[in-house]
Amino acid sequence: MITINDLHKSFNQLHVLKGISLTVEKGKVVVIIGPSGSGKTTLLRCLNVLETPNQGKIQIGNVVLDFSQNPAKADIARLRRQTGMVFQNYNLFPHMTALENVMEGPITVKKMDKAAARDKAVHLLTKVGLADKINEYPFQLSGGQQQRVGIARALAMDPQVMLFDEPTSALDPEWVGEVLKVMKQVAQEGMTMVIVTHEMAFAREVADKVIFMDQGVILEQGKPEELFTHPREERTRQFLKLLR
Amino acid sequence: MLLNNLFDDPARADRLISIAQSSFLPLVKGALTYTLSLTLISFFFGLILAILIALARISRVQPLDWIARLYVSVIRGTPLLVQLFVIFYGLPSIGVTIDPFPSAVIGFSLNVGGYASEIVRAAILSIPKGQWEAASSIGMSYRQALQRIILPQAARVSIPPLSNSFISLIKDTSLAAAILVSEMFRKAQEIAAATYEPLLVYIEAALIYWVICLVLSFIQDRLESRLDRYVAK
Repeated sequence: MITINDLHKSFNQLHVLKGISLTVEKGKVVVIIGPSGSGKTTLLRCLNVLETPNQGKIQIGNVVLDFSQNPAKADIARLRRQTGMVFQNYNLFPHMTALENVMEGPITVKKMDKAAARDKAVHLLTKVGLADKINEYPFQLSGGQQQRVGIARALAMDPQVMLFDEPTSALDPEWVGEVLKVMKQVAQEGMTMVIVTHEMAFAREVADKVIFMDQGVILEQGKPEELFTHPREERTRQFLKLLR
Repeated sequence: MLLNNLFDDPARADRLISIAQSSFLPLVKGALTYTLSLTLISFFFGLILAILIALARISRVQPLDWIARLYVSVIRGTPLLVQLFVIFYGLPSIGVTIDPFPSAVIGFSLNVGGYASEIVRAAILSIPKGQWEAASSIGMSYRQALQRIILPQAARVSIPPLSNSFISLIKDTSLAAAILVSEMFRKAQEIAAATYEPLLVYIEAALIYWVICLVLSFIQDRLESRLDRYVAK
């Protein structure tokens, strides 16, 4: 589903991604872990071109972008249509209700008719457990509820891949569980997911593959039980020890 | 003075009252037909221009930014009255003759465009980057993100400063008197000249301006609370 080939990204002098290659098969859940500054968020943001890589290739579904030439805007748009993104700070549209947030993409981008978009949005908000909050504005919702609207908003575009950028890091501990539960449910329905998170218990339970990034490279990857129980690299061991 | 005269001379008091009464309707008529229409039309075009200039200012295309900066600099750096004179009295010498009212509309629109563009630009820049990213992430184009996500939020932020510009504009339209538009202030000048009672007539005009601005401030409050419905109190 996703193939990344020798991806590089620099911010001015700072070389953040130093040749990342990675494949994610359809329906699999990949969790990226690593210390801050390791490039994990940048990698995720490159996947829907919120950051433009300097070099390398990204393929998602049947769209291939080669960043050694400047990819066309239309191709970037096609790639984005394959991905849904969930942000650390939710980034809901504050001037729209939960329902309108979820309907916005289908109506404006997919030109779906309003009634159908509404049905779909109600269905998705029900699925994330917010059937009774559809007419609330974001400021009226808790962090956990806002993040669940964020997930519903991304799902409304029927993405092939869901990207999660530290989706629970900004949440009070009491709301983390409900968001992880929804993510688990999405995973069980067969969605391909790439998740940057610090929730190791969640990674262990849900991930098919865990990737440890450090200083702009993938240092180690494997099944969660392998990587968490028998990390091969010293840096991985140190990192995991810090989390305990 | 006026008060002393009134007490000393009942006949003059009667005369003043009758002038105040007879000038009221022409002044209000001038306000309704010219002052208000001039303000509304100019503000409408000025705002469109302001949005375009603001977009040029934040554009990644450098020349657009330069042109917009130059424009704003010229508009802000020259007096409005001079701008109106250039359009109405100046342009005919190169063969471009424009009637008073359209001249005034052009002058005021260009002026509002220059000033309000900075308000619009600041408002757009005040919207967090995450909003642009969220819009892109659901597949929106730049234009869609701007129309659906950014400008509606920027509108809320810019209502108070734009209301300020609007109220200034109402008062600035009195400058159109100098290029022969028969708006309220010019009417007042004519009546004052005919009756030799400038103090009375100009105070009357001032009061009408004030009442219009009061009404507009009230509308601004309503608009603000309507647009604030999605903000945590």
